[in-house]
Amino acid sequence: MPVLAYRDALRAAMREEMRRDPNVFLMGEEVGFYNGAFKVSRGMLDEFGQKRVIDTPITEAAFTGIGIGAAMVGLRPIIEMMTFNFAILALDQIINNAVKVRSMSGGQLSVPIVIRGPGGSALRLAAQHSQSLESLFCHIPGLKVIAPSHPRDAKGLLKSAIRDDNPVICFEAQALYGTTGEVPEGEYTLPIGKAQVRREGADVTLIGWSKMQLLCMKTAEQLSEEGIDAEVIDPCTLRPLDMETLVNSVRKTHRVVIVEEAWPYAGVSAEIADRIYYNALGFLDAPIERVTGEDVPIPYAKNLEAAALPSAAKITAAVKKVMYS
Amino acid sequence: MMTSNPIPRHLLLRQMILIRRFEERAAEMYALGKIAGFCHLYIGEEAVAVGAISATREEDYIVTSYRDHGHALARGASPNQVMAELFGKATGVSKGKGGSMHLFDVARNFMGGYAIVGGHIPIATGIAFAMKYLEKDAVVLCFFGEGAVPSGAFHESLNLAALWKLPVVYICENNRYGMGTPVERASALYDIGNAARAYDIPFHQVDGMSVTAAYQQMKEVIESVRVYKRPSFVEARTYRYMGHSMSDPAHGHYRTKAEIDEHKKNDPIFQLTQEMIQASEMTPSDLTKMEAEIAGIVQEAVDFAEASPEPALSALTEDVWVE
Ligand SMILES: Cc1ncc(C[n+]2csc(CCOP(=O)(O)OP(=O)(O)O)c2C)c(N)n1
Repeated sequence: MPVLAYRDALRAAMREEMRRDPNVFLMGEEVGFYNGAFKVSRGMLDEFGQKRVIDTPITEAAFTGIGIGAAMVGLRPIIEMMTFNFAILALDQIINNAVKVRSMSGGQLSVPIVIRGPGGSALRLAAQHSQSLESLFCHIPGLKVIAPSHPRDAKGLLKSAIRDDNPVICFEAQALYGTTGEVPEGEYTLPIGKAQVRREGADVTLIGWSKMQLLCMKTAEQLSEEGIDAEVIDPCTLRPLDMETLVNSVRKTHRVVIVEEAWPYAGVSAEIADRIYYNALGFLDAPIERVTGEDVPIPYAKNLEAAALPSAAKITAAVKKVMYS
Repeated sequence: MMTSNPIPRHLLLRQMILIRRFEERAAEMYALGKIAGFCHLYIGEEAVAVGAISATREEDYIVTSYRDHGHALARGASPNQVMAELFGKATGVSKGKGGSMHLFDVARNFMGGYAIVGGHIPIATGIAFAMKYLEKDAVVLCFFGEGAVPSGAFHESLNLAALWKLPVVYICENNRYGMGTPVERASALYDIGNAARAYDIPFHQVDGMSVTAAYQQMKEVIESVRVYKRPSFVEARTYRYMGHSMSDPAHGHYRTKAEIDEHKKNDPIFQLTQEMIQASEMTPSDLTKMEAEIAGIVQEAVDFAEASPEPALSALTEDVWVE
């Protein structure tokens, strides 16, 4: 199986879907001539031309809305946000239009659009450029939200997202773009809404997505040296959540730590915890611990940024807490 | 043209050279890993901020984008504190929390650098709204790149500033490129003045490579906004020599090295130096002295930043809520 970088896997997904379906197109800032701010779309303009790889001005509300309008009449846009911090400018279009027209029209319309780009912190980009905004999107009925952590999943999930008839938000991460892994060639999709067990373990369940998944795995390896056998689960999709996989793990380990880069208040990890309490309370031997970003805008200073984010040490402390050790 | 105000050429030159040398050092410090994150240099564009901000009064306000080092220094922010901010140190203008893109020096009415394109245009307009509300004479200078002109925030702000007659000068620093996108591929208004005209806002075009021209015109514009209490719009045609940020190449698909070299012939510092030497306002040895003095200031800034402590960890939860 070829080894691809995460960014290349995303590109493979887009390329394959654009070859398969002439109604799929890519639109966003610097996606064409510049080959993408993070080179995800490198070479795509050459292959598909300006009709289908479309550079936009810095007008997120308008080009997202244009994508939504186009999707309402049968096109399948992929909208690239240079980063999700800028998707905030398009929230009106996403929340009031993309996910409302289906319901408001009584099911006459659908909006098969994918809005994708990097979220989260990326080495000292400061408060306006480091935000993890998953929970904003997960809150909205009608949106699917995926957050792949591995190149293989990035390809499989993005292909499914492009084929999905609902609006799908795809959270990537700058820190993941260069990470590599084996990716199946050609036709390969992963179902949206399916979690993966990345590491089997008996003592505690660690749940984390996107780059927090990598941190969970790293921490699990460290914990194994201390004799703690962690199971690591990657939800892959944040909405709809695969509760079955999560509950099965809780049944086995009885202890849960959820790791989320975003802020704690009303975070996705709070939602996951609530659902575990509701569905598996009887299996829990300890209250669920959440390791999240600190409840502050992310500062620029190196030491403060590090302190603001989840770390292996914080996860380890949480694991010890749920294990009463 | 108003001739009653003598142009403080020495001051303008000194500020431009300070900004240039400061940023050249900042680039070195970035390469050494002392500065991180996004860092957008203003090299080539100095005449705009220096000309415009030198034409303000103390009570006026400045709001700008992430390419803000030049504006902060032109406003008189301490080079030590600005460098310390770039280093992420506790002694920085924003206590190390903002970094390159978010310099704030509120004591000097320098109301910040903002990193969401177009996002600061409404708040600059809001400060102007407050000036009117409070019946003050202050004028707000709002700087942004031509890349912000297509944005909704820009258009909504211009409409309200014109409708409500707010004392703000919108200054479009047209350096021809937003990242790798030339203005003609981003804006249906190739003549940016049409945006101002559409909202019935007086429009002025300024040679952004000439600090004296920028200073003179800005002085007139700012004073007329102060007197007539209505917005104005200035397009300063300028050019950035470096990549969009430290992580981008200076040239590539979107422009050639030859194009950059061509623009460097109009370098604002070089031009003013030549003019002043020809007019016998300065000798080459005066210039050498000025350069040496500025080199000392920049070195001190680096030393200060280097020696300054990181913020205390307790600072993490400070400055979030007003207690
Ligand atoms: C809303 C938003 N979208 C995208 C970006 C990413 N971005 C940062 S700067 C920039 C180009 C801005 O160009 P311009 O306004 O001309 O200013 P310049 O950098 O040339 O000074 C882009 C696209 C952003 N910061 N904010």
